[in-house]
Amino acid sequence: MKEGWLRERSPFIIASAIFGFLMLVFILLPIINTVALSVDKLGSALMSFEARDAIFMSFYAAFLATLFTFIFGVPLAYTLARYDFPGKSIIDASIDLPILIPHDAAGIALLLLFGPRTMIGTGFSSIGINFVDTLFGIVLAMAFVSSPFMIRSAEDAFKAINPDVEKVARSLGASNFKAFLHVTFPLAFRGILTGCLLTWARSISEFGAVIILASVPRTAPVYLYDVFGNQGLGAAVAITALLIITAVVIFVIIKLVTAKPLKPVY
Amino acid sequence: MKVRTVSIRVERLSKKWKNFSIPDVSLRVANDEYFVIVGPTGAGKTLLLELIAGFHKPDSGKIWINDVDVTAFPPERRGIGFVPQEYMLFPHMTVAENVEFGLKMHNIQQSERKKNVKEVLEFMELSSIRDRLPMTLSGGEEQKTALARALIIKPKILLLDEPLSALDVNTQKKMQNELKKLHEELKITTVHVTHNQVEALILADRLAVIKDGTIIQTGSPEQVFHKPKDDFVARFVGFENLFEGKILENHGGVARIDIGGVTVEAVTEKVENCVVGVRPDDIIVSKRSFRSSIRNTLKGKLIDFVDMGSLVSLTVNVDTASFVALITKRSFLEMKLKKGSGVYLSFKASAVHVI
Repeated sequence: MKEGWLRERSPFIIASAIFGFLMLVFILLPIINTVALSVDKLGSALMSFEARDAIFMSFYAAFLATLFTFIFGVPLAYTLARYDFPGKSIIDASIDLPILIPHDAAGIALLLLFGPRTMIGTGFSSIGINFVDTLFGIVLAMAFVSSPFMIRSAEDAFKAINPDVEKVARSLGASNFKAFLHVTFPLAFRGILTGCLLTWARSISEFGAVIILASVPRTAPVYLYDVFGNQGLGAAVAITALLIITAVVIFVIIKLVTAKPLKPVY
Repeated sequence: MKVRTVSIRVERLSKKWKNFSIPDVSLRVANDEYFVIVGPTGAGKTLLLELIAGFHKPDSGKIWINDVDVTAFPPERRGIGFVPQEYMLFPHMTVAENVEFGLKMHNIQQSERKKNVKEVLEFMELSSIRDRLPMTLSGGEEQKTALARALIIKPKILLLDEPLSALDVNTQKKMQNELKKLHEELKITTVHVTHNQVEALILADRLAVIKDGTIIQTGSPEQVFHKPKDDFVARFVGFENLFEGKILENHGGVARIDIGGVTVEAVTEKVENCVVGVRPDDIIVSKRSFRSSIRNTLKGKLIDFVDMGSLVSLTVNVDTASFVALITKRSFLEMKLKKGSGVYLSFKASAVHVI
């Protein structure tokens, strides 16, 4: 393959190489440039309480959003992978909607349902949970927009497991739940873990839906937007670099988790 | 005839599931019996087995296991041992952990579990591979592990779905004997589902031939093979080439057998009278005799042929024995065969099934 690619210097191949290279530059240069510009300021950015608080808030809220989608998304994924029922294709298609809706629109849609003067909002308010400008609001927004990642990863993992292994577990005395706990879940674990990491990463990077529901407490992207708006481009460089580096680290972790060859699943 | 109590009773069972349908099935399996359900792919064999196991709810009908109506029971309460197609070992557990699983699910104490697992592993000759993961096992080892895993909970009935079809031919023969031996030692009521007639013939105390979800015939192998109820059963069980045989000599597992004036060689340990079967699709038909390692080459005369689409079924007389052979339409045309043509039939000694 590679030899042929080098030897055959057709105009098409050369054009592809040039265009491809430019695409790569377009993706990487802004990232490298930002990090390079901020090298001397990274330390001070990390030292800033506000920046650290914002990054911590992002991680923490994203963790809670991941937990939320795990608890409610994994059962949905299992149901979709295992059972056929009327209307399944509609449910299946609707799962991907949060990816397609503009994220500020998603935030407004959530506000319309969970806002202070709504029925649901009032209900939650009576037990002390408010969604505007609170951690709950951030988690809600993050969970909404990143749930497809959890559900799809888990669904794929479940689909890769032959239902016959569950049948064997049942025949050996396991209830439905025990068969899931001891056989299905361990076998799907890597896929679900990948789903968790993707959900977490996507939640950390969420801006549009979050800022509609909660401009405070500030998550890292919201903090960055504030700094950029109030103090200008120069002040935003270091925190931008910090967010980029965080994303790269998460990305590497995801690659490490998913790259290991999977055990053959029956 | 021994008086046996009924172990499994299926009464007027019906079920539609995906592309499969069982309109109305009734059957009885006696205690200790090795019962084989045999039929072509898509006949609903697996569905019937899984209905007995409790993985599906029947649309109507009832199932009793040892005189208990289990129709409404979930699988974990039916007292079954289940070995599905491809065995489905738990890939994340070692051989020993796989075998231990059922005891864990029954909340057996750990010390008791360890003791039981050790015994079963020894009994199944799996002790040396107890810490291996399924992905490192051979087909035969996988099957034995799956059987050990099913047997450790002392099930009332053992359900086997195509237990030999995932194995290579040599292992298949070996595991066939293992299954037979196991059944003789444990005397556990067994229902074995297969598409392979020879397997059914060799293993079954009784068998049921199933087609389109309906049981066409039930009986001992001899009854079904000698008195097939209809064309389908006759064709399906490969009835065409079944002969009374007299073993002339047996040298180290290769026997010369007389089947009505014709002598064939077969791989078998048997030394007395027997029934000899050759499947029509195991026979090579040619116009000239050719030298090869194939042990059996018989000269005969083409009596009749039936065009079956892409295949042609030939009836060839060799002395007093009449053989049926299946060849492709293409080779039939290439050989320019006519009624009365002289042909040679060749088949391996290992393709001769001695029962």
